[in-house]
This record gives sequence, C-alpha cells and structure tokens, in this order.
Amino acid sequence: MFRNQYDTDVTTWSPTGRLFQVEYAMEAVKQGSAAIGLRSRSHVVLACVNKAQSELSSHQRKIFKVDDHIGVAIAGLTADGRVLSRYMRSESINHSFTYESPLPVGRLVVHLADKAQVCTQRSWKRPYGVGLLVGGLDESGAHLYYNCPSGNYFEYQAFAIGSRSQAAKTYLERRFESFGDSSREDLIKDAILAVRETLQGETLKSSLCTVAILGVDEPFHFLDQEAIQKVIDTFEKVPEEEEGEDEAGEGEAEAAAAAPAEQGGAGAGDQDVAPMEM
Amino acid sequence: MTKQHANWSPYDNNGGTCVAIAGSDYCVIAADTRMSTGYSILSRDYSKIHKLADKAVLSSSGFQADVKALQKVLKSRHLIYQHQHNKQMSCPAMAQLLSNTLYFKRFFPYYAFNVLGGLDEEGKGCVFTYDAVGSYERVGYGAQGSGSTLIMPFLDNQLKSPSPLLLPKQDSNTPLSEAEAVDLVKTVFASATERDIYTGDKLEIMILKADGIKTELMDLRKD
Repeated sequence: MFRNQYDTDVTTWSPTGRLFQVEYAMEAVKQGSAAIGLRSRSHVVLACVNKAQSELSSHQRKIFKVDDHIGVAIAGLTADGRVLSRYMRSESINHSFTYESPLPVGRLVVHLADKAQVCTQRSWKRPYGVGLLVGGLDESGAHLYYNCPSGNYFEYQAFAIGSRSQAAKTYLERRFESFGDSSREDLIKDAILAVRETLQGETLKSSLCTVAILGVDEPFHFLDQEAIQKVIDTFEKVPEEEEGEDEAGEGEAEAAAAAPAEQGGAGAGDQDVAPMEM
Repeated sequence: MTKQHANWSPYDNNGGTCVAIAGSDYCVIAADTRMSTGYSILSRDYSKIHKLADKAVLSSSGFQADVKALQKVLKSRHLIYQHQHNKQMSCPAMAQLLSNTLYFKRFFPYYAFNVLGGLDEEGKGCVFTYDAVGSYERVGYGAQGSGSTLIMPFLDNQLKSPSPLLLPKQDSNTPLSEAEAVDLVKTVFASATERDIYTGDKLEIMILKADGIKTELMDLRKD
C-alpha cells in the first residue's frame, strides 16, 4: 500500500473501489501487540501480550471487563479501545436496566459494528484504529467475535490479532477443532501456548501475558500471575511430554537457545510496535 | 372558586417498616415483608432490603415501585463506579450517591423512605437515614416507615448516646454485641406488629460484617 491521491479522507473511494483510510486503520490493528481469543462450548479465554513502551513504564491494559458475561481484548490504538470499551459497558448496563437480563453478546457486536461503520462514512471523522476480540455468553453458549475498524464483524472459534499474530493463528488453526469440547484448563493452556507463539523465541513468563476467562457459571475475571505461571510451568519444564507438538518441541529448543539472547530479542521486538499504539 | 385538585395520584403507600442499627464491627438491617395497599395485603413475602454493594445495604419503605426504580438506578451507577475505579463503593460513598439521586428528582420525588446500612472504610458499622428528597445524616440507628413512630422512641430509650454537645465526642455506634442488637430488632418489630396494621407477616434481618452478609427470617403476627 503506497500513498496515493485517494487516501486523504475516508469519504473518498479509490477507482478500484477501496477506501484506503479504512484499510490504513486495519494496518494500525496489525501494528498493535498481540491479542488472542478462543472458545469452547462453555468458556471463552482472552489473552494478550504485555508490551511496555520501556522498562520504566507499565504496560497498557488491553483486556477489559464489559460485564460479568462479556469481555473484550483489543489490539491497535489502545485509546480508541478504551473508549469503545466504555461504550460497550454503557450499552450492557442500559440493556440490563431496561430488560432485567444480560445483553446477548451477538447484539453488542452489532452495535459496535454499526458504530464503527459511521466513522467510515463521515468526512469529519476517522475510523477507530483498534480491533476488538469480544468474548461473551448468551443463551446459546459461548461466542467469540472479531470487530474490525471497517465495521465488519465475524464469529470465530479462535482468533489472534496484532503483531506476529500469524504465528498464533497457525497454532490455533491446527488445534481449533478440539476447542469446542475442551475443558476449561485445556483452553487456558492453549491460549497461553498461542501467546507463546507470538513471542517467537522470548521465554514465556507470566509477567509477559495477561489472561482472562469467562464461562457458564463463571463471571469474567482475570487469572492471577501465579495461576498463569503454574500453567506455563507445566509445558516449559517438561518439553518431551508435549503430545504431537513438533513445533512446540522446536519452540522449546529455540527458547533455550534464545534465552541468553533474550534481552536483545526483547529490545528488537519493541521496535516493531508502532509508536502510535503507546 | 377553590383550586381544582387531582383525582388521581401517581403515588401509593405500600406500608412496612425498616430499621437499622450500627455496631462496632457489624451492621444490622431489618424490615418486615408485608406489602399492602390501603387496607389490603398485596404480599406477605416481599423483601424491602436490597444489597447495593458488598458493604452497603439499602432498606426502603414507601411506594415500592419507586423503591424498585431507585434500586435499579443505584445498581447501574454502582456498576459504572466499579468499572471506573476497579473496586466496590464504600458505604459513605453510596450514602452520598443515594442522596444525590433522590435530590435529582426534587420536583417529582421518589416516594421512598430509606435507611442505608453498612460498614464504613474503617470497618465500623454505619447507618444513614434519609427523607424522600435526599436529606441525610449518619446515625447510630434509624427507623423508617409505618411503624417508625412506634419503634424510634424505644430505640432512643435503649441506644441513644449521651448528648452530642458533650466532649469528647462519643461514638454513635452502639456498644451492644451483634446478638444483642439482633434480639433488640426482633423485640421492636414484634411490638410494632401489635399496633401497626401495615407491619407484620415476617421479619427479614440482614447482618453485615467484614467477612460477609448473613440473612435471618423470623415470623411475625399475620393479622
């Protein structure tokens, strides 16, 4: 994608029928640090990579509780993500107030998508530069949706967005068919393994990732660092016991080899993240 | 020509009585479960007590439709607070919110007579008593509703602290133990039930402590 005369504002079509500003907004999502979501029939797990701007600063919060039964993970312009999370919380509260029942997540993502679409058709606005992985429960079970800046939304069994998400997606593509019947613990393990894929070489520590879960009979909540570290310990300590995971075996070797170079790797990795995301 | 008056009122009084007593590390909130209109009983099993936050419980008598609406508004506002502050509202914070919410409808009030009970930031029991438009005060004990005129003088007799004009400032919380306070509440309701036709059926007692909330039900006279 190169700069051209049709990309100045969002209300200008290109001759080939593209809205470049919307596509540039999707690029902003790809620059953000990774966010991953997966679901079984009864649970949804959201996980994200904690990338801090520098060693001195804290990392940004990228997973938000919307309601007991809905959570969202974002990638891209986190400020836009915060604003949209606030909107989602407001919609959820208003629905509960009026109908005395929880907002079905399918309705929420439509509201979100319509809100995003408005920004693609006003000359004085710009599209939201954030992708949202919305996980939630309704009467028909657990759902995971992805909302784009374009105003499109899709339902997924598992998905990853943000930088180096392709590695996570490859991992998820291999395993997603078993997710539906996965136990809660296996789902969390798969989420953390997917996060590890995006780190590509860096040793996985509980401080590097944030994990949240929601499910039937389990309101949305974050997993604490010890719980995450326990899961990490199950596969980092005994790499031989990984069932049928050739990639994981290689990953272990890479992690071990890359350990001394970890500091340098982490530093280089940060340069991939667009300064705008911070 | 005398002024024409409305022949329809937007309000109704569903009766009932609410009481709360603050202790050193607990708070007792109690209300009867009778809901009535005029001389008829609508329900013998209607709860007037509503938990707003971990440390704040609201009990209201008056027009229950307005009470329900008020509870819903406060519940939504509490959710917003939790999203913004990542923690539950304290009882004094909820007390101020309730006051503001009531005054917001100063010119078409919630017909709700509220007693808010809970634990303050230091873990001590606190009770706040309100009028219909939000005027409130922190007290050691309070009663509202149809039986309040029968109950309040007796609570004054049993619990009233020495004159607030005396120094050093005395704690308005009762030195009674939790069991003694619950017993007192049961006594006052049994008495009020005798003479107030709108109070009776069952007594619901909620005891709020740092480790959680316990609920107790006691039968009252049903006539």
